[in-house]
Amino acid sequence: MQPLTSRAKAVDRKPMNLWERMYIPAIAKGMSITFGHMFKKKPTVNYPEKTRPFSPVFRGLHVLNRDEQGRERCTACGLCAVACPAEAITMEAAERLPGEENLYREEKYAAKYEINMLRCIFCGLCEEACPKDAIYLSETFAPSNYTRKGFIYGKEELLIPNPVTQPEEFAKAKGQRP
Amino acid sequence: MHLTLLAFDWVLLLEKAVLILIIISVSLLVAMYETWGERKVAAFMQDRRGPNRAGPGGILQPLADGLKLFMKEEIIPLSSSRLLFVLGPGLAMLTAMMTSAVVPWSSHFHLWGRDISMQIADVNIGILYIFGVVSMGVYGIMIGGWASNNKFSLLAAIRGASQIISYELAMGLSIIALLMITGSLSLKTIVEQQQVGHYYVLLQPLGFLIFLICAFAECNRTPFDLSEAENELNFGYHQEYSSMKLGFYLFAEYVNMFISSAVMATLYWGGYDIPFVNDASLVQSMGQNPVAILQVLSLFVKIVIFIFFFMWVRWTIPRFRYDQLMRLGWNVLIPLALFNMLATGAFILWKG
Repeated sequence: MQPLTSRAKAVDRKPMNLWERMYIPAIAKGMSITFGHMFKKKPTVNYPEKTRPFSPVFRGLHVLNRDEQGRERCTACGLCAVACPAEAITMEAAERLPGEENLYREEKYAAKYEINMLRCIFCGLCEEACPKDAIYLSETFAPSNYTRKGFIYGKEELLIPNPVTQPEEFAKAKGQRP
Repeated sequence: MHLTLLAFDWVLLLEKAVLILIIISVSLLVAMYETWGERKVAAFMQDRRGPNRAGPGGILQPLADGLKLFMKEEIIPLSSSRLLFVLGPGLAMLTAMMTSAVVPWSSHFHLWGRDISMQIADVNIGILYIFGVVSMGVYGIMIGGWASNNKFSLLAAIRGASQIISYELAMGLSIIALLMITGSLSLKTIVEQQQVGHYYVLLQPLGFLIFLICAFAECNRTPFDLSEAENELNFGYHQEYSSMKLGFYLFAEYVNMFISSAVMATLYWGGYDIPFVNDASLVQSMGQNPVAILQVLSLFVKIVIFIFFFMWVRWTIPRFRYDQLMRLGWNVLIPLALFNMLATGAFILWKG
């Protein structure tokens, strides 16, 4: 029968010669390999003192974006909630009152915006669906919690810090994203 | 005045009692840190780090493990035989500890005008005593397997017992060749002979190899750990045990390893003799007590090297199948040991 790949090797069924039957030379060779491994560099990362470096496109925790003047970008259009395959996003819209022009970009904003981290699958479809560049996935990942309720992240935890009033935190939270 | 009427050397009794206490605690301490060593060595050979959270470098890890074992729930199966269930691990630990009574840990200390020898019992049948006690160790395994009331444990225990008795034969035969050279069964005499002459590993390399392989089999250590294998026989004879009884079984294995290393070092590698150094001249220059301490240290260095060797082999080669194991013990090792005996005898006759 034709072999399916060109890498197939015929099985060597010769009986073992004396050198192989003694086992000791083969064992000694194996032991030298194991001994050599003791001195190789270990790929273990000493978490939590050191963390593994992430790439800039890593899909981690969600962040609600602001523009350069510090106004929230999200308009509660609901496209991210529709795009989410796990139905993790819920929101309630509100109308912008006349005194709040510096807080929100457009007339409609999200009064309540919740993402259930236990449902989220970190696929990034909400980031692709958003027309206002308001939500994106950053480089950290969700920390652990003792209760299920602690995993429903509201707007305060998701919003990026204001670039006008808190510039350092904004820069830190923005990360490597262009 | 009453004491002298009894004509009993109370001080000797006290001396031996203190020595026994020290040796037992040292054995247990070494067994504890062998668990740490095993995990660290295994990790380093597998390109990872091993426990390093409990104390610096994971030094306090055995304490954490011991505490965990104590805190677990003591499960005694209803359909098992209660007395035997509790007796099994106890026997295993007892025989493991009893072997340490004849190993000479050092030459002697000179304290308070007395010569305190560092061997609990210098019987002149030292090696035979070791063999007797090791044979009793089979009881621990068999009783553990039977008392679990579990077919797989019983099967594993039977395999373990048959493995131990097969490899004892080869061990005894390889020792006979050694006895032809030394002429004495007492371990202290063997060490003293090696202090003036060559180490017996040079005179008996094949015998040492056979003894080493049999020591692996006696300690139920990979590649001969079929009776406690996880995927073959569901952990074998210590499957039904929890908490400290399981701890006793595991500890008994480590103490066995420690004692086997000590016996190997004593018989073939010079025991407490400091290598490349003339001990008698060192006693002249430094005094007896410091040299005795150095000798204990040198024995411990040899033991640690052997223990590392045990662990090194464990993480290198896969397990033997039962029939391969039996074939090795009976068909290969016994003829080799007999051949070793013949060759040694012929050599002795030729040398005159």
